[in-house]
Amino acid sequence: MLLEFWDAIKLLSNLDSGLAEIVLLTIYVSGSAVLLAALLGIPAGTWLGMQKQGKVKGLTRLVYTLMGLPPVVGGLIIYLLIRRQGLLGTFGFLYTPTAMIMAQFLLATPIVIGMTSVAVRSKGKNIHETLVSLGARKGLILRSIIWEARYGILGAVIAGFGRVVAEVGAVMMVGGNIEGKTRVMTTTIVLETRKGNFDFALALGLILLIVSFIFNVILYQIQQGGASDDE
Amino acid sequence: MMNEILKIKGLKKSYGKRTVLSVKELSIEKGSVMAIIGPSGAGKSTLLRIINRLETPSAGEIVYFGDTKLTDQSGNIELQRKMTMVFQKPTLLDRSVYDNIAFGLKARKFEKVEIEKRVISALQTIGLLELKDQKARTLSGGEAQRVAFARALVLDPEIILLDEPTANLDPANVGMLEALIRKINLEKGTTVVIVTHNLLQAKRLATHVAFFYDGNLLEYGDMHRVLDDPIKDKTRDFVEGRMIY
Amino acid sequence: MKRFLSILMVFLMLVTFATGCGTTDGDNGDAGDNGDNGDAVVEEPGRLILVTTTSTYDSGLLDYLLPFFEEEHNYEVDVVSLGTGAALEQGQNGDADVALVHAKATELEMVEAGHFVDRIDVMYNDFVVVGPAEDPAGVKESADIKEAFAKIAESGSEFISRGDDSGTHKKELELWTLSEVANEGDWYVNAGVGMGDTLVMADEKLGYTLTDRATYLSMAETLELEIVFEGDESLFNQYGIMAVNPENWPDVNYDGAKLLIEFMGSEEGQNLISEFKPYGDTLFFPNAE
Repeated sequence: MLLEFWDAIKLLSNLDSGLAEIVLLTIYVSGSAVLLAALLGIPAGTWLGMQKQGKVKGLTRLVYTLMGLPPVVGGLIIYLLIRRQGLLGTFGFLYTPTAMIMAQFLLATPIVIGMTSVAVRSKGKNIHETLVSLGARKGLILRSIIWEARYGILGAVIAGFGRVVAEVGAVMMVGGNIEGKTRVMTTTIVLETRKGNFDFALALGLILLIVSFIFNVILYQIQQGGASDDE
Repeated sequence: MMNEILKIKGLKKSYGKRTVLSVKELSIEKGSVMAIIGPSGAGKSTLLRIINRLETPSAGEIVYFGDTKLTDQSGNIELQRKMTMVFQKPTLLDRSVYDNIAFGLKARKFEKVEIEKRVISALQTIGLLELKDQKARTLSGGEAQRVAFARALVLDPEIILLDEPTANLDPANVGMLEALIRKINLEKGTTVVIVTHNLLQAKRLATHVAFFYDGNLLEYGDMHRVLDDPIKDKTRDFVEGRMIY
Repeated sequence: MKRFLSILMVFLMLVTFATGCGTTDGDNGDAGDNGDNGDAVVEEPGRLILVTTTSTYDSGLLDYLLPFFEEEHNYEVDVVSLGTGAALEQGQNGDADVALVHAKATELEMVEAGHFVDRIDVMYNDFVVVGPAEDPAGVKESADIKEAFAKIAESGSEFISRGDDSGTHKKELELWTLSEVANEGDWYVNAGVGMGDTLVMADEKLGYTLTDRATYLSMAETLELEIVFEGDESLFNQYGIMAVNPENWPDVNYDGAKLLIEFMGSEEGQNLISEFKPYGDTLFFPNAE
């Protein structure tokens, strides 16, 4: 095992351009998917978190269930939608990065919604009442609550990214693992493992971890910066 | 009676079959300090929250300022902005002390200069001027409650609703805040409705007292009349310290 | 109430006991948990790990064939299906006992290098070129595979390559070399996926691909793809079986591996292979010597 790690590190030191391409595509696909998931999921999760718990019980359970949606099932749904006979078949999304973003968006959104709603609910009631009492209108209340729950929401986005960047079933299915077009880190790892190139697969696993780590650091920095320039 | 700032009629709040609050009639005069007293679970906080429109009554009505009748929770931001509430446990926003106090003024779109003037003045009043740029989350319990008071006062409300505002504080903070309550009542004529289980505090502050027991308003009136010469046995038990709660 | 319950309990126990005895008196010792059959000699079945390729496994041949071997020799064969590369690596590392793959050149190299022993040819199947029914590249009229591949390359129709270093992928690369056309350009799609996924992709993209006949036939109903070229001798695909070298890995089940190799090469095994016709025709043609 140690020997394999050493080989993996040696491999990392001579990255070729094909590898860089794969890493960049991974960041592009998972980053876009999570960005879109955040745009939809943060407002939706905030709304959900501010409703009376009894009123949205069914909806909450649905979101929690979807948080555990197996990636291949998410991929399958998107696949059925965008294949030639599918509803969106005419757009030719299948086997493109767009298709991969769609699938990962489907996987990340419930996580962002679910975790945002929990973060908002834990802060929400007292803050909400305080703000109403201070004479704030609905829009301002909403924005302020999102700001107050920012740590939890950031966690939701990180968790969403962690899930999609690590999944392989969905992107394999709708992306097709095409070299130079839709090949991302996880699908490469599967491919190389199947080929028996365990060192290379392990090296890619390490890079994946590093990408994830950098993403976390950047988000944490953004959030720290945001907190200090609060006027 | 002239100058009723709040008139409550037939107000009820129930959860299912359980009625937690029932007020046949209660008037609060403009410029008075009304203490709502009674043992725990008497429905005092619920009344305050309904007045502040944080909860919807199950039946009955409240007439604000002699003309605005509202029984439902439909938005009336104008009305909402004429009153404000200070809670037993202050909820401060995760921002600076200054921003916390300025929040309501910003919501009302005050000029920046005016906001600064009022916030600085309020900070001086509560003695926390030097903490103005500190994060609110670093404050002690007493400091936080003083900021919550300042946040309410800068709004110059016509009615201020106080829900056990000094229950968890040390005597020095209690003294400061009580002085503050008296000051705004006397200088600005702000009507104060304060929920307290502390009889002595009611005596120190109130012009009027309403006694609640088990969700019902048993009696209300002039502070001395209710506390020194209560009509109901329950009130007497409470006032004379025989009620265990 | 309590009394009723205890009567019920006793009744249930009697019933259980009675049925239990009934089973033990029967024809096998599976339920012999009360010691009646304790002295009967039931030999523990031997365990054998066979690595093979995904496409071989997916064809269903092993599910059909292995029970005959298991019955005959009291063996349990655990089949691990991987890509050709990983399958050979697994064997080379002593994580399997015997390998059934279809990359003859590589297999012989591995035997030469001392990783495997006792290799025999078992059977062959064939590859076919599939593509859209309209055949935009005109592959159907080709005389040989060289021409077929050249037409695809010239037409600009997409060709989906498995690109996963599998036996099929290696075969495809050989055929490109043979055709003397460069497999480069926008039309050449290097998908790193399995055979089934590659066929789906070719179907969706209206492209061509090279597939083994078994996988294509098993999916033909869901695909619009048709066989556009077949029968060239260079499309034949030789399968071999070989044992992991016990000198490298003393713990491997070499005896079992040898038994399985013998079985596959025997008249019985060879006949069984030719009778495997899940879609009406023989899929694998036995050719052990």
